[in-house]
Amino acid sequence: MKTSPIPAAAWALTALGFALLTVGHGMGLFVAPAEAMMGDVGRILYAHVPTAWVALVIYLVAFISAIGALATGRWGWDAAVEASAEVGVVLNALLLIQGSLWAKPTWGIYWDWDPRLTTTAVMLIMFAVVLLLRRVVTDPTRRLTVTGVATICSFANVPIVYMSVKWWRTLHQPWSSPETVDSAMVLPLRIAAFGMLFIGVGLVWARQRTILAALQADVAEPDMPELPPALELTAESAEQAGPR
Amino acid sequence: MAEQPVRPPQSPLQQIGAVLHKDLLIEWRTRAQVMALACFALTLLLLFSFAVGPDITTMRRHAAAYLWMSVLLSSTLLLARSFHIEVESGAIETLVLLPASPVALFYGKALANTAQLVFLCALALPAVIALYDASLAEGPLPLIPITALGCAGMAAPGTLYAGLTARLSARQLLLPLLLFPLIVPCLLGAVKATSLVMAGDPMSQIGAWTTLLVCFDLLYWSLCGALFGRVLST
Repeated sequence: MKTSPIPAAAWALTALGFALLTVGHGMGLFVAPAEAMMGDVGRILYAHVPTAWVALVIYLVAFISAIGALATGRWGWDAAVEASAEVGVVLNALLLIQGSLWAKPTWGIYWDWDPRLTTTAVMLIMFAVVLLLRRVVTDPTRRLTVTGVATICSFANVPIVYMSVKWWRTLHQPWSSPETVDSAMVLPLRIAAFGMLFIGVGLVWARQRTILAALQADVAEPDMPELPPALELTAESAEQAGPR
Repeated sequence: MAEQPVRPPQSPLQQIGAVLHKDLLIEWRTRAQVMALACFALTLLLLFSFAVGPDITTMRRHAAAYLWMSVLLSSTLLLARSFHIEVESGAIETLVLLPASPVALFYGKALANTAQLVFLCALALPAVIALYDASLAEGPLPLIPITALGCAGMAAPGTLYAGLTARLSARQLLLPLLLFPLIVPCLLGAVKATSLVMAGDPMSQIGAWTTLLVCFDLLYWSLCGALFGRVLST
C-alpha cells in the first residue's frame, strides 16, 4: 500500500493552528473591546495582522531554504523553497483581500496607491513568478538554481515592504504590535497569530514532503529492463558459426 | 618576429575592464542595434503623449515618469541581448572557461549595460524636454548622478536575470516578469528625483530619493554579484 509522505505531526500542527485561530478570532469578535476609532470594523485586525506577520515569516523560510538549496544542492531545501513560496503567496493574497475589505469602510476605497499596499502587491507578483519558474523550468538542477536565485532577490524586497511605512509618509497606520494596541486586544491577537503561524508551518511542512517525494521520483534513475548476459566467444562457438 | 602571447588579465579590475571593453566593442560594431533601441524609446515617448492627450500641463507634470518608463521598457530588449549574443554563437561556454572570476564577468557585463542605459537616457532626455515642454528647474547637474544610479539599479538585477533566463524557452516573457516588480523602488526613486529636478525642489527632497537609489544599488549590486557564479554554472 502506498503511504502518504506527509507526517502525522504536520497534520496535527495544522489542526492545532486552526483550533487556536478559532479561539483567537472568537475572543477578538466577542470578548475584546471594539476599536476606539473604527468600532467593530477594527476587529478584522485579528485576521489581518496575523496574516501579515506569518506571510513575512513564511517568506523568510523561503529565503533561508533558497540559501540552503544553493549552498548544498539538496532536494529537501529545494522542495522547501517551493512549499514556502506557495503558502506565502496564498497568505499574501489573503492579506491583500483582507486589507482591501478593511480599507473600504475606513479609507472609503478598496485600493489606495499607498506604498506598503503597493509593495505588498509587488511582493505577491514576485513570489508568484517564483512559482511560475518552478513550472517553466523542467530540468530539476537548473530549476533549483533559477528559483533559488529568484527567491533570494525577491526576499531582498521584503525589508523594503516592512520599512516603507517609515520611508514614505502614508495613509497606512503603523505596524500593529503589542505596544501599539490596547492590552485587552493583545491576548486574542497573540493567540490568532500563533494559530496562523502553526497553520503556515504545518502546510509548508506537508507540502515540502509531497514536493520532495515528487522531486526524488523525478530525479531517480528510470527502471530499465535487465540486460541479457554477455555472450562468450569461444573457439567452439566460432567454428559452429562457420565462415563469414 | 615571434608573435607575443596574449596574457589573460590578472587582477579583478583588469578582468572587469576586459569584459566591459568586449561588450561595449560588440555594441559599437553593431551600432544599428543600439540605434534601433533608441528609436524604440523615442517611439514609446510619442505613444505616451497619445495616451494622455494633448494637454501639455499634464504631460509636463509626468515627463519624468515617461522618460523612465521608456528607458525601462527598452531596457528589457537591451538586457536580453547582453547574453543572447553569447548564447547564440555558443560562446557562453568559452566565457565560463575563461580564467576570470564570475564576479568580474558579472560586474563587467552590468557596467556595460549601465553605460548603454545611460546613453539611452541621454538620447531620450532632449526628446522629453522637447515633446513634453519639460524644463530643468534645478539645472542639468543633479540629473547626472540620478541617471547613473537609476540605470545602475536597473542593470544589476537585469544582468543577473538575463543570465538566468538566457537558456530558457520563455525568456522573452520571464525577463520582464522577474525584473519589473523587483525594480519598483529604483523606478520610484528615479522618477521622483528626476521629477523634482524638472519641476523644482523647494523642500530639498532630491537627496532623500537619491539615498533610496544608492541603498537599492548597493543592495542589488552586491547581492547579484554574489549570486552570479551559481547562475553561470548552470
